Amino acid sequence: MTACGLAVLGVLVLIVYELVWRSNLSWKAFGLKFFAASDWDPVNEHFGALPFIFGTIVSSMLALIIAVPLSVGVAVFTTEMCPKALRGPLSFFVELLAAIPSVIYGLWAIFVLVPILSQYVQPFLQKTLGWTGLFDGPPFGYSMLAAGIILAIMIVPIISSITREVLMVVPQHQREAALALGATRWEMIRIGVLRNARAGIVGAIILGLGRALGETMAVTMVIGNRPEIAKSLFAPGYTMASVLANEFSEATGDVYLSALIEIGLALFFVTIIVNALARLLVWTVTRGQPARGHA
Amino acid sequence: MTGVAVLTVVLVLLPLVAIFGYLLYRGIGSINWAFLTQTPKPVGEVGGGMANAIAGSAFILGIASIIGVPFGIGAGIYLAEFGRNRLGSAIRFTADVLNGVPSIVIGIVAYSIVVLYQKHFSALAGGAALAIMMVPTISRTTEEMLLLVPQALREAAYGLGVPRWRTTLSITLRTATSGVITGIMLAFARVAGETAPLLFTAFGNQFWSLRYDQPTAALPLQIFVYAISPYDEWHRQAWAGALVLIVLIVSAVAAVRYVVRHGTFGAA
Repeated sequence: MTACGLAVLGVLVLIVYELVWRSNLSWKAFGLKFFAASDWDPVNEHFGALPFIFGTIVSSMLALIIAVPLSVGVAVFTTEMCPKALRGPLSFFVELLAAIPSVIYGLWAIFVLVPILSQYVQPFLQKTLGWTGLFDGPPFGYSMLAAGIILAIMIVPIISSITREVLMVVPQHQREAALALGATRWEMIRIGVLRNARAGIVGAIILGLGRALGETMAVTMVIGNRPEIAKSLFAPGYTMASVLANEFSEATGDVYLSALIEIGLALFFVTIIVNALARLLVWTVTRGQPARGHA
Repeated sequence: MTGVAVLTVVLVLLPLVAIFGYLLYRGIGSINWAFLTQTPKPVGEVGGGMANAIAGSAFILGIASIIGVPFGIGAGIYLAEFGRNRLGSAIRFTADVLNGVPSIVIGIVAYSIVVLYQKHFSALAGGAALAIMMVPTISRTTEEMLLLVPQALREAAYGLGVPRWRTTLSITLRTATSGVITGIMLAFARVAGETAPLLFTAFGNQFWSLRYDQPTAALPLQIFVYAISPYDEWHRQAWAGALVLIVLIVSAVAAVRYVVRHGTFGAA
């Protein structure tokens, strides 16, 4: 039994060892410049990861901006306002969203979301908010915007289910005390519930961020896959995970493969840090009970 | 303000309804007997199916379960019965963190520890990648379920002179069986739809292959390849495949919920 337990630790060590060892070649060739250079040229073996890092960060942030208000709203609704009979089915439906495989999100996004974006949403945004410069360029559909939206749909269940758990451990007295002081229901939720659950909600959001950073298939299918840093959200981009998905099995040459693995290593460390931080925050609120975010 | 909260719920449920609705609409029209029993036809020919991918997925998941389930349960038992110490906490935390490692990174690791040594893309490599992803989920749920077993049962067994390992296996684990199976099903549902770690491990295959050391087709991979292709016939099959996949996963999740609610432990 101890061996099985140690195997869990072993797997983590193995992951780190393999990634570090196999990316050594690229590390030697490019050093730290790898993360600051933006040319990705497999033919001449010049590799820089900046466009992918940019794409990963922008698409995840976009997803958070869309998903956070929605998920907190859903969590507040299910814990504080919703009739008891609706609570079960509602959380079941939100959990169903989490159970859909990412390739099916991608499939749906290609055939439904992208056409809607290019025909209706993008022209509309261009007309109303075009002056910001964020919505320039031809409305293709396949874009950073599409990736952000599909990611948002995918991380809502994680953020909202953990926020719900966090809200449920806020002691009932807090609510009663706020109400007794004459607070309206919304003041009670704001002062008595949300403020007490702050750390946990932030944890839930960071956990959602961790998922968004590493999400591969759905993003690869809609982001357009062009290693460029563009200001416009309508321009295609590329993320760290999707360059791995697209190019890993076709990488010719050791440096190319090693550069891809180094991107994997960077992705791994970022998600590990993000996740560890989130777990700690959620743990401090729910006092050691595991946060159930998946499936 | 209540209106705002209701609006968020509607906005969240809207994609769900849209996805399932469109999936049913496109999928049901595309599924037929040939889809479930034939292998893919060459580009341009109408017909053919994903039988090899469905079988391949089952095969890869089988390999993953053979590797992942014993380790997961073992780690869970360790955490619940012997893990009230610093090592236990470290393992618990590692399992939670492993849960968040992007699946594509797990794919890279499976590639470098299996594919590079076999010199082949293979079902075994795909299974290994999925197994790594199953272990954290299984171990954490197993632990939770074992902790729900009343202490009195263990003490009764000790009182009868049963050794500790025997108590754990025949009393504690036995009592928590339905809960442990729930955990396995959850892990199963989670990895069944995984595509990213299979891209460069199982790799996919247009033909029948159920050998552990050969590239093997998998349903999610086939859906991905067909979805980004330019052919209408392949798009149709991608929808059909997606419907098959989602039915498998949703029924697993629904079964889990049913067991959790009506199983040995009343409250979940």
